[in-house]
Amino acid sequence: MGVCNRMVARSGGPTLIRYIGRRVLQAIPLLIGIVTLIFLILHLAPGDPTAIWFNPGIPPEVLDRMRANMGVDQPLHVQYVRWVKAFLSGDFGYSYTHFRPVRDVIGDALPSTLLLSGTSLLVIFGVGCVVGSLQALRQYRLTDSLLTFVTLFLYSMPGFWLGLMLILVASTSLSWLGLPVFGMTSVDHSLLGPLGKIADVAQHLVLPTIALGLASAAGVARYMRGEMLEVIEQDYIRTARAKGLPERTVILKHALRNALIPVVSLLGLYLPMLFGGALVIEVVFSWPGMGRLMYDGILTRDYPLVMAASFLFGALVVVGSLIADLLYALVDPRVRYE
Amino acid sequence: MSRRAQLESQGGQTGPLDIVLPGISALLAGRLYGFLALGSWITLLGIAWIRRARIVDLLAQPGWDGILALVSFVVLLAAAWLAGNRGRFRPAASQEAEAGRSPAALASRRFRRHHQAVLGLALLSAVTVVAVLTPILAPFDPDAMNLSTGRLLAPSAKNWMGTDELGRDLLSRVLYGARISLIIGFLAVSIAITLGTAIGAVAGYAGGWVDAILMRIVDLFLSFPRLVLLITVVAVFQPSIPLIVIVLGLTGWMGVSRLVRGQVLSVREREYVQAAHALGYGPGRVLGRHILPNVLTPVIVAATLGIGNAILAEAALSFLGLGVQPPTASWGNIIQSGGDRILDAWWISTFPGLAIVLTVMSFNLVGDGLRDALDPRHVE
Repeated sequence: MGVCNRMVARSGGPTLIRYIGRRVLQAIPLLIGIVTLIFLILHLAPGDPTAIWFNPGIPPEVLDRMRANMGVDQPLHVQYVRWVKAFLSGDFGYSYTHFRPVRDVIGDALPSTLLLSGTSLLVIFGVGCVVGSLQALRQYRLTDSLLTFVTLFLYSMPGFWLGLMLILVASTSLSWLGLPVFGMTSVDHSLLGPLGKIADVAQHLVLPTIALGLASAAGVARYMRGEMLEVIEQDYIRTARAKGLPERTVILKHALRNALIPVVSLLGLYLPMLFGGALVIEVVFSWPGMGRLMYDGILTRDYPLVMAASFLFGALVVVGSLIADLLYALVDPRVRYE
Repeated sequence: MSRRAQLESQGGQTGPLDIVLPGISALLAGRLYGFLALGSWITLLGIAWIRRARIVDLLAQPGWDGILALVSFVVLLAAAWLAGNRGRFRPAASQEAEAGRSPAALASRRFRRHHQAVLGLALLSAVTVVAVLTPILAPFDPDAMNLSTGRLLAPSAKNWMGTDELGRDLLSRVLYGARISLIIGFLAVSIAITLGTAIGAVAGYAGGWVDAILMRIVDLFLSFPRLVLLITVVAVFQPSIPLIVIVLGLTGWMGVSRLVRGQVLSVREREYVQAAHALGYGPGRVLGRHILPNVLTPVIVAATLGIGNAILAEAALSFLGLGVQPPTASWGNIIQSGGDRILDAWWISTFPGLAIVLTVMSFNLVGDGLRDALDPRHVE
């Protein structure tokens, strides 16, 4: 809050609001582009939409009526305009397999995905920054070389495989930890009190979060190490030390804060990876989120669901990048709102 | 060391023994390349001896696979011999050129001093050689099943990595999976690099509204999680290796196009480019001969790192059952087939995963090393 006030005061309020407004406006063509891309993919598919998912034994006049119902008898540009309008207003059609509007189906799954992605983001940037700084401060020592190797190893690791290995370890040699390896809630979840419910979900979160976040955390650590090494060399750090400030203050207040600024810009870069990864991790851990939904949708050829989910993943990245940009403007006072 | 002495130690050590054991003199003189040459020579001959029955089979019934493997084997053997005997063929002049201070020589030296990069290159060469020689190396047919007595066997002396649920030898499948992964990664990145370079060059060179539109398209593709786009496309079409290669290529070009565009923008106004214009050269020639060579370095680095990413994406796709389809072995689909029985047969998913990590890691190591070595500002 304090930071916000300071910033609004400094930049004179309206500038910041205008900046946010402009960034939001820039996001709209991007969203339309995503809808267009999905439209193109669907229409590039061989055959017309009815042919893909309906029984070939249906009489032609019934097929014609179905086409009319679905609107695919209309010229392409009419279909396209309808499609964009519907998507942007949140009308994603009707799911073939859930027998409910896609919007409702996704509405149920979205919170779980956001929860998993959120905790993973915390791990990615928390662990990444701590490890990276630690390495930089211990440069040329065993800690650094060891962690360099470990981060590289983790960075090259497929998340779904890490997930499987975590399941293996958690159910064999580490089974005394009692970490659940499946789903988001226990069987007796509804019987638990409010605190018990939170603890239950938190337990279920541990392994998927590690599987989803660790590789990216290693990426952040690699980046953070470089930034920190650069910052430590700067004149103002020497000045701070020369002033006789305790090393703790020099590192935490002078070095770390400046090294963190460019790391914030990684957020926008990692979001697509995060949501893509979430898709696979949710399948591995049977996490009841969007990725799991989309995967099941593909297996059952539930196209409206798949298209809506893939639009939503794109939209989440656009919104996330927007937030990342705003955050960047917030932490780096040198950013001008142009 | 005097320059003369340095030159003499550069190559040169070759004795009569090197004809049988290439590189032995250099090895005795404490030179690394002697170790490498002799090591490869002995390893290759050892493989030939141990797998002699298989080689005879391949010679008797040659298929494309077998011919390629046998030819590669001979080429590798010849390369090892020539490397060990290089003092015999190299005129002193070329050694002198090598010891020079051209940018390429400097970059090569920086790369060789970058221990991680050298380790990465060694790993990468090993993986590539294994992938190429797979038909000779693989102890069993990767598709041969043994449903009666060979199902889900734990790793043993006979099946080093155990067997899967159909009794197929896992080591052989992982070896064949290496070829699929490397080929897909390489082809996909070739498409991505070509597309990215073309789009970036056009955007940077043309500028104006062309640039604006192309960069919005880049933003669009960047805002789509690659895996989500891949899955959506594969879901609508039928999964096949060419489709995966194309879609991986079509979703991997954005970074390269940004790189190339930036670089083109920065050299476009240089004097030598204007001179080329003034000489009346067309835009194609100016771009190809005067501008694009400048972007080669970052593009090579991006390509190296890109192959690692493409391999990871292919593995994820195959893991979801939307990539390479069984019975063709790929690391992703082997991991998937072991996923359900991870507690009964841990080896099925574990080994192909390690293979992925090893391969991707070596690409990352080489990419990092190249970036440091090719960066002229890099100071040691």
